[in-house]
Amino acid sequence: MPKHTQFARITHTGPVISVLLTGGIALLILIGNPSRAVGQDHVGQYEQADIEFGVRLYGANCLRCHAETGDAVAGVDLRSGAYNRASSDRELMELLRTGIPGTAMPPNNFSDSELTGLVSYLRTMRDIDLSAVALGDNTRGSVLFTGKGACATCHRVNGLGPRTAPDLSDIGSIRTAATLQRSLLDPTGSMLPINRPVSATLSDGTVINGRRLNEDTYTIQVIDQDERLRSLDKSELRELSALTESPMPPATELLDTEEIADLLAYLLTLKGLE
Amino acid sequence: MTALSTEHPDQPSTLGSTHFNHRERIVMTRQTLITMLLAGLLSTPAAGQVTFERLLNADQEPQNWLTYSGGYSSNRHTTLDQIHPGNLDQLELAWIFQANSLEAFQATPLVVDGIMYLTEPVNNVVALDAKRGNVFWKYEHTPSAEARPCCGAVNRGLAILDQTLFLATIDGHLIAIDAVAGKPLWKTTVADPAAGYALTLAPLVIKDKVIVGVAGGEYGIRGYIDAYDANTGEQAWRFYTIPGPGDPGHETWENDAWMTGGASAWLTGSYDPDLDLTYWGIGNPGPDLNPAQRPGDNLYSDSVVALDPDTGELEWHFQFTPNDPYDYDSVQIPVLMDVPDNRGGTLRLMLWANRNGFFYVLDRETGRFLNGDNFVPVNWASGLDDNGRPVQTPQPPGATTFPGIQGGTNWYSPSYSPQTGLFYVSAWEAYGSVFEPQDQEYQVGRTFMGGRPANPFGAGANVPGLRRGHVNTWTEAAGGGAVIAIDPRTSQQRWRLPMSDVTSSGILTSASNLLFTGNREGYFHILDAETGNILWRKALGGMIANGPMSYMVDDKQYIAVAAGHSMFVFALPH
Repeated sequence: MPKHTQFARITHTGPVISVLLTGGIALLILIGNPSRAVGQDHVGQYEQADIEFGVRLYGANCLRCHAETGDAVAGVDLRSGAYNRASSDRELMELLRTGIPGTAMPPNNFSDSELTGLVSYLRTMRDIDLSAVALGDNTRGSVLFTGKGACATCHRVNGLGPRTAPDLSDIGSIRTAATLQRSLLDPTGSMLPINRPVSATLSDGTVINGRRLNEDTYTIQVIDQDERLRSLDKSELRELSALTESPMPPATELLDTEEIADLLAYLLTLKGLE
Repeated sequence: MTALSTEHPDQPSTLGSTHFNHRERIVMTRQTLITMLLAGLLSTPAAGQVTFERLLNADQEPQNWLTYSGGYSSNRHTTLDQIHPGNLDQLELAWIFQANSLEAFQATPLVVDGIMYLTEPVNNVVALDAKRGNVFWKYEHTPSAEARPCCGAVNRGLAILDQTLFLATIDGHLIAIDAVAGKPLWKTTVADPAAGYALTLAPLVIKDKVIVGVAGGEYGIRGYIDAYDANTGEQAWRFYTIPGPGDPGHETWENDAWMTGGASAWLTGSYDPDLDLTYWGIGNPGPDLNPAQRPGDNLYSDSVVALDPDTGELEWHFQFTPNDPYDYDSVQIPVLMDVPDNRGGTLRLMLWANRNGFFYVLDRETGRFLNGDNFVPVNWASGLDDNGRPVQTPQPPGATTFPGIQGGTNWYSPSYSPQTGLFYVSAWEAYGSVFEPQDQEYQVGRTFMGGRPANPFGAGANVPGLRRGHVNTWTEAAGGGAVIAIDPRTSQQRWRLPMSDVTSSGILTSASNLLFTGNREGYFHILDAETGNILWRKALGGMIANGPMSYMVDDKQYIAVAAGHSMFVFALPH
């Protein structure tokens, strides 16, 4: 197998590309629609071995500040593919080498191969995950989203739909395919704690059900069942509970395997406001 | 000798209140000038002149804050009591200093006779009117682009002796600055930033020497603590935190691992003038997460060392975490306190809440372990033996170890209140990491972690790290923070205040039984030091990562705390 096919380059044509990672994990990406190509230019440009090397280097050098999700530093989302101070790979390598003087980003004497590994991972960290992912037809997925899958009864996309569940307009930019697949198959297990539904009982007995947006020691911020932003003082609540079970059913209850692959393909097209 | 003055136009000076004609005024001014000069030359100390004697007796002048931890015993306890539980409802903002920097604000300011000396991140120094926040001068140091501190371009403050301030920089310099003029007097190189060394701590002055330790435990450095002549900047001594060949303790390293074994010293030590010993916490061994590359106990990593401040010679050591696989730096501030023993004498104690999750009480005369217990959930050790050595219980591969890599506590200054007899610490509770060691070859200037701390919750979820934004994205699933009050007689918790997010704030206690602290959520809150009850709080809108401190000017007590990128100062109204 030619090296450049180790990771699936998103094309306008290919229906199936199967790849075997050097780690022995199969990655199956089924390609179905031209729109999927948006923002995917980097996948396939980088060698799998470099990406895996980059994963290790990222863990040892970058993770403390940027976190596994790549978005722990304010104003910096490594998974976005857009960097404030570098656009080309060469510029990105230079930035990794020199750091940003006067900031927490230190210089580092990376070798050329390490820089290649890190850039390979940074450029693909949004798109790859070392687990099996199947993508279907995003057009069919779009129909399933509003129809049989009933996603649109709770989720909002591009200004349409309710706000009670997280807005998915840019979910394809901020989650990997594998993470989204896990969310579809196991909503409770993969629900981010911050998104947990909460129930708050005010001193007058009024119950506010909503989704948690933020919480600190003294207060909690929610979007309530009437889509109002509410900030509640915990000391004024009679009761407050966060549910660990997601209100979203597993996709397998509503959709078959092929339909889930279609839905996943659709979700990955959601890139937010370009 | 001159000093900065905090007189204000609306407060007429003695000179200004007397009427002279123009000629007389000139004559008087000359006479006054000569008198002032003579007075300055003959009398010691002048205002703003911080002698070693004053440092020794810092507790006698609570209106000032003369060292990083408020005094040589490092208990961060103020005897000022003007602000007390009965008037907290009147506490109001006095002034704000906004830093021209977006780096974390971890510094504790010094205050000397109405002047505040503060480091603005990363290595600038400002002298401010401590009453109003107006800036007298600003000294700017631009660190070399070679500087590579592992975990943020931070600085924790200054030291002062006489009228000289001492600044340690992230590019490895120690700089003496004229406290009146704001100009550098000398600059010496302590360490090579290109090899991963950095200075992030506030120096400690003892007698005529300035003592600093190096950071760089994530870069395979060989750590050391240095002393420099305060007048000239010449090196007086160096204590290597990893003993070289032939020195006691060297046998705790195998092969050449000692040469790249880390053992930094990146927080300010303490000093006992009676024993004439200075105590310093030592950082993790390197590579951080792969002990297989450095078999042995790895002295003096993760230890406290007691040094002769004149020579740097080691008097004793106590190691908290032998052969550490978890990056449990033991650089926490040594808090010194005395209690009567049963024979009419005094027990000289050292209190230490360690990053490894255990609280220790040591005899600081000998380093002997007296008692200890875990203050947060731990599973890397089942307890401490009679000598204080942990009984290690390594978790299987892939399992979560508690506490995680940032520890049960970290650089956050604790406090001890003689008033309550309690020790207070900021803690991370129920927070863990999955440690994944990996062989790594050392290369100069490169991070030398020997693996990575993996997220127990899998991809897509965050765990607390060094930074956070406005939204708490980890929540209770990944642990929380707490202020914990520990009774040093038993090592048991007296009370705890749980918080939603983990905390990086230091703690200050006062003679009025108040406890001042903050958290990453941006709250500055005041607790009852006896009970932990929250008495007052203010949302300051940014992470609090330094230790609150207190001072007094013109009979008015102030509390200063940095949050986000600003320093906030509170006081009672007139």
